[in-house]
Amino acid sequence: MALPILLTKGLIILVIFGISLLIATYSTYAERKVAAFLQDRIGPNRAGPWGLLQPIADAGKLFFKEDFIPSQASKWLFILGPSLAMFTALMSSAVIPFGDSIRFAWDNVNYDVNVQGIEINIGVLYIFGVVSLGVYGVMVGGWASNNKFSLLGAIRAASQNISYEIALGLSMIAILMMTGSLSVRQIVNEQATFFEWNVFTQPLGFIIFLTCSFAECNRTPFDLPECETELVGGYHTEYSSMKLGLYLFSEYINMFVSSAFISALYFGGFHYPFMNEVNGALEKSMGAVTGHNLATAIGFLVFFGKILFFIFFFMWVRWTLPRFRYDQLMNLGWKIFIPLSILNVVVTGAGLLYDFKYSSWLIVVVMTVLAVMSQAKAPKQQVVPQRTV
Amino acid sequence: MNTTYVPADYLPILIQMGLALGFIVTTMLVTHAIGPKRHSVKKDDPFECGIPVQGDARTPISIKYFLIAILFVLFDVEVIFLYPWAVNFKGLGMTGFIEMVLFMGLLLAGFFYIIRKGVLKWE
Repeated sequence: MALPILLTKGLIILVIFGISLLIATYSTYAERKVAAFLQDRIGPNRAGPWGLLQPIADAGKLFFKEDFIPSQASKWLFILGPSLAMFTALMSSAVIPFGDSIRFAWDNVNYDVNVQGIEINIGVLYIFGVVSLGVYGVMVGGWASNNKFSLLGAIRAASQNISYEIALGLSMIAILMMTGSLSVRQIVNEQATFFEWNVFTQPLGFIIFLTCSFAECNRTPFDLPECETELVGGYHTEYSSMKLGLYLFSEYINMFVSSAFISALYFGGFHYPFMNEVNGALEKSMGAVTGHNLATAIGFLVFFGKILFFIFFFMWVRWTLPRFRYDQLMNLGWKIFIPLSILNVVVTGAGLLYDFKYSSWLIVVVMTVLAVMSQAKAPKQQVVPQRTV
Repeated sequence: MNTTYVPADYLPILIQMGLALGFIVTTMLVTHAIGPKRHSVKKDDPFECGIPVQGDARTPISIKYFLIAILFVLFDVEVIFLYPWAVNFKGLGMTGFIEMVLFMGLLLAGFFYIIRKGVLKWE
């Protein structure tokens, strides 16, 4: 790889790394502000204007807390747990295309460098591989604590994550069939026109993918690993100081990465309606280099707008839906999502054989009709609270 | 699109890995260095809602979780089988589609079997 390309790549990775840390930090602030907004409160407002310095104060506090390791814990595994969780969270953003490309001239040669950590033709597999390693962080931490609550939380987290990973993998297959590539950039480029965004061709896949990524991030309504009414704190009960901070932080980074992944796979990534016209006008009026870079910058901002929307959506759902019971969680993952996503693959495949991309809507329509019919047929009855012995 | 790769093309991954490791190691070292350290017999015990610790936490747990783990291995391998097929779907055409429908039918038959066996029953 030529030196200028490598330097630019390094710079891009550094910037994306910084942005993802920044967004993760301010997600904690946003979470509290969104919660306050939804519950008609004010939220953090003391540290700095509108409480904007709150995340920095929190991080500083965590640094100065005692770095405590219980006597019965396995010391090195105890340290390894949060490190692994953070490491996998930070590594997973490498293959996501955040923007088109930066163009610059070096020694009279024009270079186009993708705004992306690395463009590989196995991007999707890379993300799945790294994300599934995240289970180890939780599992190792819970096991090393030698605490009953931690261990139960860790086991719950592990079995929940692996259950939803199957449905997550299956729901993506329909997209791969349409694109014919595992490269995330290729998938994004296939969605250049608005009505070819995968959310319009794959509505069912999108819903399954979204729900599964909630479960993968351990977010409400799937936050059973941290269910404080049953498990105190879940897998990080024994953690304190920045080790706890890393666990919480990795959760927010995972949220950021999965928002980015959802936007890239289903919402056209850095594409927006009339993008080609805007790009053409910019390159014509400002020259091939400046115009192209400006167009890339707009795409970059659009992509971050989509990501921020999904992060907000994650928080919105948290304060809207109650937590699942454990058997409900497992039933949803195994008995509903897996058969549904296989059905989605078959129906999409049948449609694609006849060059029809939108066949996934058929399942959605049939399911809606069935749901409405079963609602209409069911006799109206009072809801009696059930109690099982 | 680029289809052939040399090891040097994966350098950006190493850059990212270095950044991530650097961040984690620095955080761990700093938080270990600047926090207070006070130990006592009671405090060093694992947290157990205020009562004395009863035995070790690493006791046998419900078999359900292990069954889930084993099923995960089975099904995740099946999912990985679907990936190369999905990427080449347009080239394989009708033949590939019918073959994969058969494959998924067998998969669902096994799936139906484990559900009937009550593996996924939680009480």
